[in-house]
Amino acid sequence: MSSPMTPRGSLKTLCGWGRYPVQTCHVYCPRSESEILQLLKRDLPLIARGNGRAYGDSALNGEATLQMRHFNRLLGFNPHTGQLIAEAGVLLAEILEIFVPRGWFPLITPGTKFVTVGGMIAADVHGKNHHKEGSFVQSLDWLDLLTSEGQIYRCSPSENQDLFYWTVGGMGLTGVILRAAFRLRPIETAWIRQTTRIAKHLDEVIDLFEAAQDVTYSVAWIDCLATGSQLGRSVLILGEHATREELPAKYRQRPLRTPQRRKLSIPVDFPNGALNPLTVRAFNQLYFLNQQRQASQSFVDWDRFFYPLDSLLGWNRIYGRRGFVQFQCVLPLSTAREGLSALLHCTSAAGAGSFLAVLKKLGDQQGYFSFPMAGYTLALDFPMSQRTLKVLDQLEEITLHYGGRFYLAKDSHLTPMRLRQSDARVETFVKVRDAQQWTVNFASEQSKRLHL
Amino acid sequence: MRAPVLILGATSDMGRAIAQRFAAQGYPIQLAARQVSRLEPDKADLEIRYGVAVSVHEFDVLAVETHASFIQQLPEQPAIVICVVGFMPEQKACEQDLSLTLEVMRTNYEGPAVILSLFANVFEQRGFGALVGISSVAGERGRASNYFYGSAKAGFTAFLSGLRHRLAKSGIQVLTVLPGYVKTRMTEGMRLPPLLTAQPQEVANAIFTAIEKKKDVIYVRPIWRWIMVIIRWIPEPLFKRLSL
Repeated sequence: MSSPMTPRGSLKTLCGWGRYPVQTCHVYCPRSESEILQLLKRDLPLIARGNGRAYGDSALNGEATLQMRHFNRLLGFNPHTGQLIAEAGVLLAEILEIFVPRGWFPLITPGTKFVTVGGMIAADVHGKNHHKEGSFVQSLDWLDLLTSEGQIYRCSPSENQDLFYWTVGGMGLTGVILRAAFRLRPIETAWIRQTTRIAKHLDEVIDLFEAAQDVTYSVAWIDCLATGSQLGRSVLILGEHATREELPAKYRQRPLRTPQRRKLSIPVDFPNGALNPLTVRAFNQLYFLNQQRQASQSFVDWDRFFYPLDSLLGWNRIYGRRGFVQFQCVLPLSTAREGLSALLHCTSAAGAGSFLAVLKKLGDQQGYFSFPMAGYTLALDFPMSQRTLKVLDQLEEITLHYGGRFYLAKDSHLTPMRLRQSDARVETFVKVRDAQQWTVNFASEQSKRLHL
Repeated sequence: MRAPVLILGATSDMGRAIAQRFAAQGYPIQLAARQVSRLEPDKADLEIRYGVAVSVHEFDVLAVETHASFIQQLPEQPAIVICVVGFMPEQKACEQDLSLTLEVMRTNYEGPAVILSLFANVFEQRGFGALVGISSVAGERGRASNYFYGSAKAGFTAFLSGLRHRLAKSGIQVLTVLPGYVKTRMTEGMRLPPLLTAQPQEVANAIFTAIEKKKDVIYVRPIWRWIMVIIRWIPEPLFKRLSL
């Protein structure tokens, strides 16, 4: 009721989606901008946190973690341009639930819908259409940023341009993102026309990607345990938004409605080691057989196409209590074939079967510090163990050798040295952060680890 | 078209959840709070999500002299009024600060009782409507740790009970809501037992159902009814020695 209070903090044990590392944090849940201002005045560095879907320590800060989920309002929608204005804590899942039935779909979406608007900007997320339509910044018209001086700046490609391009992909280290305007695309149906292709080895999947340049959505699932001549055996999945005409008659009546899917949730932690080379091999075999049996073209609803893992709520628990780490790098086009082959060799040689291995072609990039670059990105995850840490070291070295770089939203393992070797932009980012005093107010456990 | 639902104290976590619940059912919404500018984002949000009409109104629960004109200037008289207003500072601070003590008593009892009794007159004449007061289990028995807040809520509970008695014949529903612990800004930083702690959305759902079913008094989590039976029945000599 009375005067705006400094929000009371509470001590909570937090982690990212990978459940490693775990950190005790002072957590604040502000409801208004003035409460954030009060916290900024203390000059203790803080980090904003959305839905905690970064895998590692990007959205953790022991001193002060700002839980932004109360900033969850939709502020405006323009049905002529598809521009949606939303507060930073709005979940992508809410946007989809509201707008798909009205015939709109996000221009850019990551592989989970359980992310916030603020999180998508901070990581400048990319999706299956990056090679064609770029990362989240491509759909972003403007954002409002609360900075160190306690000012709110409207940032866009034409206004406060530098601040804009440092903030997208800036991992929350430039200020607190309050709200943003970004574009949705009109869709005729809620269905994706999907085509799958089996690739017998790495070269073949890359050839298939190159041939599918003009397809809007593409992604490949790799069987990480395949070796020798089968190294890189994969399923390439291609998709386009289906038009109403294309739909089978049974869906055409209500093209924007899709059947409700049963949500499964993982209620308990699996035992550590439940995922081992044997079980992963069995899973991959089944997956491939299943894909081969399916017709090569089919209609898949948006939820199954874009967010296959979201229907398994809490899937991170299958890795057991120790959690898991994800590794994602991108290699430039010139070294991609060779480099990917080396990365997959290393993974399969270590027998550290990755449950999920995703390969994706990326296009050019705009943000000053965003992850993507023209080339191929590979994402792997591993149950947390001492051996995994060794494999990560090797994978990082290979990435450096082939001129690649790393996705900070997935990272919990890099060293300051390796990050700098991988990416010349780091030094500039750090200089700007110092010069603008951002270091005084904004830091995460990740930025501390990587000396950002 | 349906008559709107008015929410007094609409910037609170519970107020927001209640507004969403009723808007999701297609009710037009009137949001009222002291800082009316803070309601604009909620207005936009409810309109975009649910396609209902939303209006915002300045309302200061402590300025009781303005309450009659507040009701008069509403563009349309609501079908349902839900008073979510509440203020719970530290008990220790209240003991030392008379103005804070008064603010607690006036915010939790005087203001809500005044505005609801004015609405009662309007509703009685009109012959339909529902009045909802969010009171508290803290009002069921005074405790050392919380008796300023508790006594004001006790007064509010008694007020609602009397109002219900009066309006029983005229078909106006008066609903007393006893939420127990709720995870809101008011309880932030407190260690609350998860089994006894509701989310704001649960409170909103409970109110929505209670209005449909014409209930009189609800505990949001049923377990609180039994807890409060026990607390009320502890003999005073023993109660004095417990730390509750």
